[in-house]
Amino acid sequence: MGTSIPARHHSAPPRQADDTAQPAIVFKDAAIRRGDHLIWSHGDFTIPQGSVTAIVGTNGAGKTTMLKAELGLLAIAHGSVTVLGEPAGKANQRIGYVPQSYTSDIDSNLTAEQSVLLGLTGTKFGFHITSRAQRQQAREAMDFVGVADKANYRLSQLSGGLRQRVAIAQALVSNPQLLMLDEPLANLDLASQRATVHVLARLNHELGMTIQIVAHDLNMLLPILTGAVYLLDGHPHYAAMNKVLDAELLTHLYGTTVQVVTTPQGDMFVTPTPDEPAGMNQDTHAPDEVARFHHHAGEQHRQ
Amino acid sequence: MNHIAFSFDPQWTQTLSMPFMHNAFLAGLCIAIAAGAMGYFTIARHSTFAAHALAHIGLPGATGAVLLGLPVSLGLGAFALMGALIIGALGKRASQREIATGTVLAFATGLGLFFARLSSSASQQMQSILFGSILTITNDQVIGFAIFDILLVIILAVIYRPLLFSSLDEQVAQAKGVPIALMNVLFMAIMAGVITIAVPAVGTLLIFALVVTPAATANIIAASPLKAMVTASVLCLVSIWGGLVLSAMFPAPPSFIIVTLSTLMWAIARGASSIHHQR
Repeated sequence: MGTSIPARHHSAPPRQADDTAQPAIVFKDAAIRRGDHLIWSHGDFTIPQGSVTAIVGTNGAGKTTMLKAELGLLAIAHGSVTVLGEPAGKANQRIGYVPQSYTSDIDSNLTAEQSVLLGLTGTKFGFHITSRAQRQQAREAMDFVGVADKANYRLSQLSGGLRQRVAIAQALVSNPQLLMLDEPLANLDLASQRATVHVLARLNHELGMTIQIVAHDLNMLLPILTGAVYLLDGHPHYAAMNKVLDAELLTHLYGTTVQVVTTPQGDMFVTPTPDEPAGMNQDTHAPDEVARFHHHAGEQHRQ
Repeated sequence: MNHIAFSFDPQWTQTLSMPFMHNAFLAGLCIAIAAGAMGYFTIARHSTFAAHALAHIGLPGATGAVLLGLPVSLGLGAFALMGALIIGALGKRASQREIATGTVLAFATGLGLFFARLSSSASQQMQSILFGSILTITNDQVIGFAIFDILLVIILAVIYRPLLFSSLDEQVAQAKGVPIALMNVLFMAIMAGVITIAVPAVGTLLIFALVVTPAATANIIAASPLKAMVTASVLCLVSIWGGLVLSAMFPAPPSFIIVTLSTLMWAIARGASSIHHQR
């Protein structure tokens, strides 16, 4: 059970060395606007393959927009976005995408298996009969995320956590190299959050899948993250995990006081303090000051 | 006429063997196939209200056609198709915009009434457009319905998976390369066609019970899309044929009995499934 891997990975030749050396995502001076409104600009970073990256930022900072830009669903106003070696939108067959709204659609009458199969056959026009190999692939994807026993349940009968995992199975069934998830942990209870994170960890460790996760709460994801894109002051920046986990930075990022705690086990937790302790002096900066501060951080990273 | 006659007609088998009944049964079969297949997608795409509205948008087309001396179905179909293309072009989200849709629906119904009042012949046809007149369906109409059904089944077979995928989640389908704008327009255009052939049976006002209700009942009974479509068609057929037989036995309009049967089956399925879930 623990080692079950979607079918094509068994037969696929080992990935070429130059393939893994190629970065998963490259932003070059990228900008996105909607109408007259500039959402973000000067996106300049490279995310390596095999990484697990969080996209963090306040509401409305353009996190989902970033995923859509990478998928080519939104046109870039400036610069370039390269995904898996191709311009954004060209490599979508090698990308699994799980949008946020997915789990809220409780009306669906489809069974889990039918839903997962659509990830494999949903783009095909014409008359097709689902082959045994396709069913097997769907079964293996469901097995991997631990919903194989729910194959014949309707989506409307499943809990939010299980629907989330069915959605991930649907994204996995075509064996993507890159998996993008938009707020996969939102509205899930703690146990479901842990189960989802565990699935993501195994995808990364066992299959070497590159993963991007839009998140507003990093806590649950911290053990598996290798880096984060933080959307601050209208510019996306990428940093490896040790740089992101900086209390000062996170405080600016969220606009509320955040503490980073190192526990005896070595785990770090980002803790939004519920109330200001008496006498605590919150370090605040004007937006232009913050912009300079983070451009420095970005430049250091590039060197 | 104080006395309301509600008596069993012993001559009902003779009524059923009349040529107009023959046409009505055939038309019922065609309508059931079309409504059953599209009803599933209407629910899956959360477009039930848009489908209901299309029938009403077709109303001024129908009464306007009578005014101009054109066939009712032509006017109805043209207006419904026009409405469908506009709603389809606005996207799947737009078909869920209830206030805009409802406002247009009310305006169209009013316009339909206005056109009907402009001529006495349109006025006379108003009731049959609103409530259906399955017993007056002609041979030519039946042939038209059958051709529509064949086209519908072929088109649905070709676009089945992408349409289903985009119904489940438009964003994922779009990311994977499904042309969702085309799916929307196609879906709404086919819907307009289904409405056009279903209106003669139950009229614009009762269309919901024929296109959406059997599909909703089928969704409770069957889990796979194909099974649900077949089940919906069978339920629709039972409603229409049952309506024809019962209206021959008892003095009640077929539309009323069709809608009653459809609603009863839905209520029973709903009731049974909620009892089943409580256990």
